[in-house]
Amino acid sequence: MQILHVEGLTKYFGGLAAVSGVDFTVEEGEILGLIGPNGAGKTTLFNLISGTLVPNAGKVLFKGEKISGLKPYVICRKGLVRTFQSCKIFPEMSVFQNVLLGALFGAPENIAWKQAADVAEEAIAFVGLSAFHDLPAGSLTLVNQKRVEVARALATEPELLMLDEMMAGLNPTEVGEAMELVKRIRDRGITIIMIEHVMKAIMNICGRIIVLDHGKKIAEGTPEEISTSKTVIEIYLGE
Amino acid sequence: MISFINVLVNGLLLGGIYAITAMGLSLQYGVARILNIAHGEFIMVGAFLTFVLHTKLGINPLFGLAVAGPVLFVVGYLIQRILFKTLKDRTPTPAAFEGSSMLMAFGILFVVQSIAIFIWGTNVQGYSYLAYSVYLGDIRFSVNRLVILVISVLICLLFYLFLTRTRTGKAIRAASQDPDAAGLMGVNINRMLALCFAFGAMMAGFAGMLISMVFPIYTTMGMQYTIIAIIVVVLGGLGSIPGSMIGGFLLGIFSAIVSAKDPGLTMAAYYLLFLVLLLVKPSGIFGR
Amino acid sequence: MKQSKRIAKYILPVVIVLLVALMAVVPFFTDPYKVVFLRTILMFVILTLSWSLFSGTTGYTSLATAAFYGAGLYTTAYLGEKLPLPLMVVCGGITAFALALLMGAITLRLKGIYFAIFTLSSVELIKQVLHWYEINIVGVRGHYVTRVNDVTVYYVLLVITVLLVLTIYLIKRSRYGLALNSIGSCEEAAAHIGINVVGLKILAYAISSFFIGMAGAIMATGMLYIDSYVAFDLNYSFFPTLMAIFGGLGNILGPLVGAAVFTYLREILITKYSYHYMLIFGTVMVLTILYLPSGLIGLAQNIWKKLTTPAPTKGLKTEGGKHADTSC
Ligand SMILES: Nc1ncnc2c1ncn2[C@@H]1O[C@H](COP(=O)(O)OP(=O)(O)O)[C@@H](O)[C@H]1O
Ligand SMILES: [Mg+2]
Repeated sequence: MQILHVEGLTKYFGGLAAVSGVDFTVEEGEILGLIGPNGAGKTTLFNLISGTLVPNAGKVLFKGEKISGLKPYVICRKGLVRTFQSCKIFPEMSVFQNVLLGALFGAPENIAWKQAADVAEEAIAFVGLSAFHDLPAGSLTLVNQKRVEVARALATEPELLMLDEMMAGLNPTEVGEAMELVKRIRDRGITIIMIEHVMKAIMNICGRIIVLDHGKKIAEGTPEEISTSKTVIEIYLGE
Repeated sequence: MISFINVLVNGLLLGGIYAITAMGLSLQYGVARILNIAHGEFIMVGAFLTFVLHTKLGINPLFGLAVAGPVLFVVGYLIQRILFKTLKDRTPTPAAFEGSSMLMAFGILFVVQSIAIFIWGTNVQGYSYLAYSVYLGDIRFSVNRLVILVISVLICLLFYLFLTRTRTGKAIRAASQDPDAAGLMGVNINRMLALCFAFGAMMAGFAGMLISMVFPIYTTMGMQYTIIAIIVVVLGGLGSIPGSMIGGFLLGIFSAIVSAKDPGLTMAAYYLLFLVLLLVKPSGIFGR
Repeated sequence: MKQSKRIAKYILPVVIVLLVALMAVVPFFTDPYKVVFLRTILMFVILTLSWSLFSGTTGYTSLATAAFYGAGLYTTAYLGEKLPLPLMVVCGGITAFALALLMGAITLRLKGIYFAIFTLSSVELIKQVLHWYEINIVGVRGHYVTRVNDVTVYYVLLVITVLLVLTIYLIKRSRYGLALNSIGSCEEAAAHIGINVVGLKILAYAISSFFIGMAGAIMATGMLYIDSYVAFDLNYSFFPTLMAIFGGLGNILGPLVGAAVFTYLREILITKYSYHYMLIFGTVMVLTILYLPSGLIGLAQNIWKKLTTPAPTKGLKTEGGKHADTSC
């Protein structure tokens, strides 16, 4: 069953087409990798899907329903949530409050405070932050701030989670842990699209990879196909 | 037709003052990120300095340029160095600094205004200088306004040359475009910020001197000019110097047209224009 | 630390209840001048608390307080004689509420300094248009208002204040209070976790303005004469903002204390040093922003912390190590 379908998605900034005519489909339960050089338009693509930006052309279908043009909060409540490349948390609030907000507002219907608190606790435990429960989120280290962001996204009980460079800036041990986390999220039945520069992670956990360059989709396939594709190698070596 | 040309000419004359008024504010916001609500108070001080020199000592108002400008330059420099610099060092984020520096400017506004009231009282003052008209065909020019126009265009030009030709000017422009990069390129950012604030205050001094030649002045006149300056600056794009020059002339003409129809609506029309503009294109007509 | 927090939780409501009781009986014991003075304090408390309900939480500095206050004043000027007092006050609130809905709907997508400038100019626009309308269309400038005695005004203000504090308390405890804070903290993140940020901002803006409008409606009855310059005086925008910052934005207490202390000082300065009042006022303001960024309450909290926390535990509150360059 396809959960997300993107068709002819296009976004201009001034004269520049940051994303142009991108089509792809995401199957339920898979981990899809999105790679490409800096400035390729990966984050912009996420922005278009999550409702941060409105596309100039094309459409996005989520579970068969058109979501392009909807506000981000509506899209989130439908079960599609994203994280940000430059980690966006609520620094003065406690870890718990950060995640609680996701649980309180992200679900399709408003849920009771008590129930939301349970959801939040579970998400915090899931990403392994229980020890930091009451600390201001801004006082955590980078890797833990990113976990707060993931826990907050999970607390909205999504069906599709989009991760934007979750592993950037992490050390090798942390990358390993993050890979584990992504797999465990998938095992919860959540479909994942991840933008990543850490090739080891992408090649290891993604079932399929899409390559973006200058706003266009230039390749799509399994990790093996991508790592041997001539065009992809040229782009990465040509950098 | 004649009346239309008259209106247009009036607008241009007014526009010169507005342009100068706005350039200072734009410089302060564009580089130092301070929305200087006290800008009008500096204008008021410039106006009163000129007024006092002229009426008490009989010095030609034009000479006020040489007094009001430098005095306010020094005041501006000190204020930036002592107050805003300290505030900047204590404020965690640039966004927070924008907010708190604006509020600090309010405080400065009160201080400057009350000192001015203490010295000069609250009466409306004025003097007449070159207050007669000449006719060019059927078009009437009042001489002092013409002088003002010439001076303001000159100031604009000189300042523009300063920004584009001199080392300091180039550094200021670099800093206004990208403070971080400019800092990396060896521009002394702190000195630059102080200089910009000082130049902004100096511009206010010039504007005050020009205003005193044609309009009544009073110690509480500041806010009105601050708001006009903000309007012009938003019109031309916050932080864009050429933008505020053009914006000044545009607002001048606009104001002349509206006041030809109904003077009572001038201020209302300003605000309406301004609000519409803010909504439609917050980066200003010429903004990036 | 935990324990002192728990005690504070009980102390605050008790103190507030006692304070309200005290305020309620004050007019029986003091001279009329004091009542007028207290009335001014209450008025500024309402304006400041309302301002911080929206701006303090979301970080959008609204300088349109004067517009909502003026809307309340004008509602009374137009309707005052036709309506019973409580209804008139509510009408003032509703006018301000509607105005805030309108302004919020068109402006709340502006960010930072632009929102502040826009709201500031809106006050001036309303003032100028009203002025022009009165002179050119109506033909008469301003309105006379039927006076209501000071003690009644005082009690109405007290009731509004209590309602406002209750409202703020309920909002703060609710999910919406948390959501408002998250908007102030990082709006983009808030929008992406299911919070209707635009709707919430507009609603919060309108609710806060409702109270400002009510305060305006009742204060009008103490003014005799109202015109657009009196009603839409920018000081009503500036003072509440300053008072809130002076007191501290963190919680309900800050704006409350800020408004009370500030108004008190202002009143003393005006009566005792009417010449230097603005000078002192401005200086205090500059110094506050420079040296008390979290206001009087922040200062008190710092002193309290120093007195109660033993030094070594200080570092435990944060996690050490590499920090993120987050964008919010
Ligand atoms: N809000 C924006 N306004 C203007 N240009 C933008 C904006 N966001 C992204 N861009 C431009 O679009 C291009 C793609 O950026 P982005 O999607 O962030 O790339 P990636 O995430 O693949 O590194 C870049 O050239 C970038 O400068
Ligand atoms: Mg990116």
